Amino acid sequence: MLELKDTAKVVGGETHIHPTNLVLERGSLNVLLGPTLSGKTSLMRLMAGLDKPTFGSVWFDGKDVTGVRVQDRSVAMVYQQFINYPAMTVYENIASPMRIKGVDRATIDREVRKAADLLRLTPYLDRTPLNLSGGQQQRTALARAIVKNASLVLLDEPLANLDYKLREEMREELPKIFAASGAIFVYATTEPSEALLLGGHTATMAEGRITQFAPTIDVYRRPIDLITAETFADPPLNTFALTKANGHFVLEGDRVLSVPAHLAGIPDGPCTVAFQPHHLALSPQSASAAPVTVRTAISEIAGSESFVHVEFADTRWVMLAPGIHDIEPDTAITVFVDTRHLMAFAPDGRAIAGPAAA
Amino acid sequence: MDRTWNNKAWFMVLPVLLLVAFSAVIPLMTVVNYSVQDTFGNNQFFWAGTDWFVKILHSDRFWQALGRNLLFSAIILSIEIPLGILIALNMPKKGIGVPVCLVLMALPLLIPWNVVGTIWQVFGRVDIGLLGFTLKALGFDYNYVNDVFDAWLTLIVMDVWHWTSLVVLLCYAGLVSIPEAYYQAAKIDGASRWAVFRYIQLPKMKRVLLIAFLLRFMDSFMIYTEPFVVTGGGPGNSTTFLSIDLVKMAIGQFDLGPAAAMSLIYFLIILLLSWIFYTVMTSSDEQA
Repeated sequence: MLELKDTAKVVGGETHIHPTNLVLERGSLNVLLGPTLSGKTSLMRLMAGLDKPTFGSVWFDGKDVTGVRVQDRSVAMVYQQFINYPAMTVYENIASPMRIKGVDRATIDREVRKAADLLRLTPYLDRTPLNLSGGQQQRTALARAIVKNASLVLLDEPLANLDYKLREEMREELPKIFAASGAIFVYATTEPSEALLLGGHTATMAEGRITQFAPTIDVYRRPIDLITAETFADPPLNTFALTKANGHFVLEGDRVLSVPAHLAGIPDGPCTVAFQPHHLALSPQSASAAPVTVRTAISEIAGSESFVHVEFADTRWVMLAPGIHDIEPDTAITVFVDTRHLMAFAPDGRAIAGPAAA
Repeated sequence: MDRTWNNKAWFMVLPVLLLVAFSAVIPLMTVVNYSVQDTFGNNQFFWAGTDWFVKILHSDRFWQALGRNLLFSAIILSIEIPLGILIALNMPKKGIGVPVCLVLMALPLLIPWNVVGTIWQVFGRVDIGLLGFTLKALGFDYNYVNDVFDAWLTLIVMDVWHWTSLVVLLCYAGLVSIPEAYYQAAKIDGASRWAVFRYIQLPKMKRVLLIAFLLRFMDSFMIYTEPFVVTGGGPGNSTTFLSIDLVKMAIGQFDLGPAAAMSLIYFLIILLLSWIFYTVMTSSDEQA
């Protein structure tokens, strides 16, 4: 069990990580989700012991390990760049953590071959990393992490530099590979879809803070604040500002909308209503779909789906529509918002009502 | 298959051909021309065939000078390469120290070669030079003018002072290009300082080291100006390197034929040795 207790990192007067409390259980899969520079890598460095926290402490299995050097902890880390010893063969690379620990020759050979087999590296054991493809290089780095049999495995955007197909393939395999080890598994990513595919728990990060930590699907469905919802939306979350008064939503320009049942309980006053891009559609998908007139801006076609950018009042929305839609720009069209999925946030960003349906 | 010949294209490569002809081929052919003929002035030439080559290859003077060159290059390389790596490893990686160190390192490289020679010639003099005078005052029997060992020592220290910076700068460039993540990964593995050097820094520096090695070999093997200024080839012939001998032969004695033959041999030796070093070092790169 890894615990961060009020752990914070300040570098040269600049706060990289605000005081953070986090408990990661043994054998769990945890995703750190956040945009670039949100503090994912800094947090991982604190967890690993590569950096010493400025304030607070790090505990492992009930012991304070704050000042313990990284080489004296049981940590393995895989990076976005493919990091291997350039002059060693794949075999020697995989063997290197065990050689340093002084494991006997026969065990090393057995473990290396097991890891190579698992990561389909067997044919390449005699090559040097630079003679391998990117995917093979990263699998070598992963194999090094596996044979270390560490109790904390940190993966810092390990698939970001791989091509699409390989990424999909390895994303599927990774949790399986590490599941058997019983280690605490931390996976940093910028992509919401990657967090959803990996499952487990997700900690969303923004500007050096963990905004929410819960089972991945719960964070996605019921974000506790607007910034978490925005972090966990790709394409970006659609929002609109309005005021609730007398049981109605009043928009700018005195347009009045009826309030969906699940938002009836929120207090009167200004709030922000938000929904995911796939809850906006060109045709009504359910009885609770509400028609809205918008102006089209541009549409991007991404294979089997289209991103249609539309303008509602002064805000830009994105609609994720299945199929190919080549929509004429700058025309008024009617789109449908599935009102069951509307979330409401107070002016300070706090969630005041979650969606009625999953 | 039918080829289409575009004869106009020849005009496009003409400037390059002319440039190469005037800068390399014509001077080289002049030397070749001298090396196979004998002349007594008046622009009269007599065919000499391979006589000059045979003569040079059978002269002790040539082999002794070549031996000095090889010894000098070997000493220079075995000091400057490790020393350069060591300094580069200890250079600051960030902060105000970086530009300061880089400028200090680059300074010796900016000084013209004959000035370097003059500086050390004066510096080492036992009557007025700071180094020579101090050593003498401390009781060392140092005099580069009449002691062979002292002359060599002065030339080597001077070359190390002048050129180690080049190795440092090249190695430093190689080192700063290593991503921080490599060091982190090694730290997590618990790798020792030596292992980090041996398995991360050295392999990553390999290419720049090859360049440093070749440059320092070629330059030290062709050394002329500094020994010419400092020792003039002496005491005796003890610091008469091939280049100095060559100039003596060509300008001093006006033996154009043997000098031309010698310069061709000299050129071929450098070419051959550089090719051998390059091949050996790059082939080990492929295996490693």
